[in-house]
Amino acid sequence: MSGIKQKSLELYRWFDRRLGLAKPITEAAEHPIPKSSASWWYVFGSAAAMIFGLQIVTGILLALVYTPTARDAWNSLNFLNHGMELGWFLRALHGWGSDFMVAIVIIHMTQVFMFGSYKFPRELTWIVGVFLLLLTLGMAFTGQVLRFDQDAYWGLGIGAAIMGRVPWIGGELVHSMLGGPIIGATTFSRFFALHVFVIPGILIALVAVHVWMVLYLGVSEWPMPGRLVRRSTYIQEYEADIQKDGVPFVPDAAWKDVAFSVAIILAIMACAFFFGPIGPSGPPDPTIIQTAPKPDLPFLWIYAVFALAPPALETPLLLIMPIVVICAMLGLPLYAGEGEKHWSRRPVAVLMVAVIAVSLSILTSLGQHPPWSPVMDAWSGDVVQPKYLKGRTPLQRQGALVFQQMQCRNCHALDGLGGQRGPDLDMVATRLSESELIRQVLQGGGNMPAYGSALSPPQVTALVSFLETLNGNERPAQNDVHRLMRSESAHSAGESQ
Amino acid sequence: MKNPWKDLFKNPLIENPLNQPSEHSRRKFLFKVAVLLNGAVGAVLAVPVLGYLLGPVFKRNDSYNHWVPVGNLEQFPPGETRLGRYRNPEGTPADGQTRTLPCWVRNIDNTQFQVFAINCAHMDCPVHWFPQSKLFMCPCHGGVYYQDGAVAAGPPPRGLYQYKYKVAGNQLMIWAGELPTLSTQASVAKPGSKTCLG
Repeated sequence: MSGIKQKSLELYRWFDRRLGLAKPITEAAEHPIPKSSASWWYVFGSAAAMIFGLQIVTGILLALVYTPTARDAWNSLNFLNHGMELGWFLRALHGWGSDFMVAIVIIHMTQVFMFGSYKFPRELTWIVGVFLLLLTLGMAFTGQVLRFDQDAYWGLGIGAAIMGRVPWIGGELVHSMLGGPIIGATTFSRFFALHVFVIPGILIALVAVHVWMVLYLGVSEWPMPGRLVRRSTYIQEYEADIQKDGVPFVPDAAWKDVAFSVAIILAIMACAFFFGPIGPSGPPDPTIIQTAPKPDLPFLWIYAVFALAPPALETPLLLIMPIVVICAMLGLPLYAGEGEKHWSRRPVAVLMVAVIAVSLSILTSLGQHPPWSPVMDAWSGDVVQPKYLKGRTPLQRQGALVFQQMQCRNCHALDGLGGQRGPDLDMVATRLSESELIRQVLQGGGNMPAYGSALSPPQVTALVSFLETLNGNERPAQNDVHRLMRSESAHSAGESQ
Repeated sequence: MKNPWKDLFKNPLIENPLNQPSEHSRRKFLFKVAVLLNGAVGAVLAVPVLGYLLGPVFKRNDSYNHWVPVGNLEQFPPGETRLGRYRNPEGTPADGQTRTLPCWVRNIDNTQFQVFAINCAHMDCPVHWFPQSKLFMCPCHGGVYYQDGAVAAGPPPRGLYQYKYKVAGNQLMIWAGELPTLSTQASVAKPGSKTCLG
């Protein structure tokens, strides 16, 4: 036994005499950190790196089977899902790993922001981190394109439409994004090159720089209220802390990093196992237009912004806001490189995180069940409950038919079924009088199309008489006066003829 | 016998531990020249690389477009709007299914047509035609257009993009080949072409 131990020690020495890495690696692993930072709050960065590793490994494994062309990608994904032993699980790991990576990177960034760790002398570590976030999002978007299905195809169109809004060079940007005038083989291939070569290459290099800076500058200490960061004194204070109660990174803090990474990898495995691979949805055939394209989870909030922003503000919002936000994130440590680190003394920072988190959550959850999109098959698919038809006149029932046939249901819900683009109509008769209903149907307005040219007068009469029954058994429409005026004017018109 | 290679592999720092200034500056000069040469070669190399990368970008506008058939006239009855299909004129077999593209063809009265891009003017999502209500609806952000392509509701900043068309024998041809966006719309519908209807 000791013979084997002796042999392996000799082998180790043989390599280290030539590599010389044992000393720097040991020094890096055991570098002292403030005792306060050996905390569960400091585990997100290493978890992000661990997921990145998982993405590289699963990505390479998928590339063994995946066929990276616009023509064959979709088929090879289906082969991976159904024809290849455990191909579905590898796809699921890679897909869920992507969502987890985006989430963990954002959590890591939020923690660093709340703890003020971006302040002197770690400004550049933060700035590199901002680029790492952008590259991670870049991986998520390009990865979504490589899942070359209907959503990916139309997602590329949305990307091109955004590029097309850039003044002066919009056309050039569209062509350079698509690798030509139209979405096709070259478009796909350049997203493949970005996802597999360009972005991962930059990511690996920047992760190395990021980690190097963490080692070189030391792990940020746990913030204390009232303890200000000053450029002139910080380094001495930090060194003194380390002298006083520094602990080696391995094992004092590292066991938490490792434990958390394991938990995250297990969570990804569980999601992959129970929820399975993400897509692919329908084939990337643009002539199949029965689709409602939606972006992946990390971009749902942007999709919501497109729908909710006032149209006039949209282009400036789209083109200027990203630049402003990125510049603000990059400039943050240069602007606020000194001063308080503790969150209890930085109310604006806390408020910002709260507002951004709440806004992104609301926008994302809206994007999951978008109320602004018409439900394209509600007119032919959604049930008209008996209560809307029972005891109604033939004219009113005819109106219910017109209501369905003219796709009103695509935007207006009845009994909770149908589109939510326009108001629910269960109680419309309590809000609008007969004449107001007629006007609204014929002329539209308030973001509703005018149906004047699509409906014949008998159809309008039937539709409005149906809508007038929708009062939820409450006080029938507040329109007695209107009706009176209408019948009076009809009466007088009859007299004058 | 003198080894001719001996001088070549001499380490000047060992042979000349004082590292005399004259020699030092010559080496520095040579290094600078080498770096400069390297830069020059790099710049020359960058020309074809950039040309390759930007080739598709700086092609003359409209040179992507060609006359392509969308179908026989019988496929588009008068007074109706039907889905037309055309092949990307610059496509390759590697495009697979993306090579065939859809568009909406409205036959107004057998002599006048409107050929709309499938792409919503808001975010390029595919619009659907509903013949009953005579509306195009977009599934993404709720853009709605009338049958002539004019905006009826929702966020689109303009009406549907239109293609130039011509009737050649029994075939309807359109001038297409470029994804329409707000920046690339001009090559789809040129002012003064037959498309200025709605």
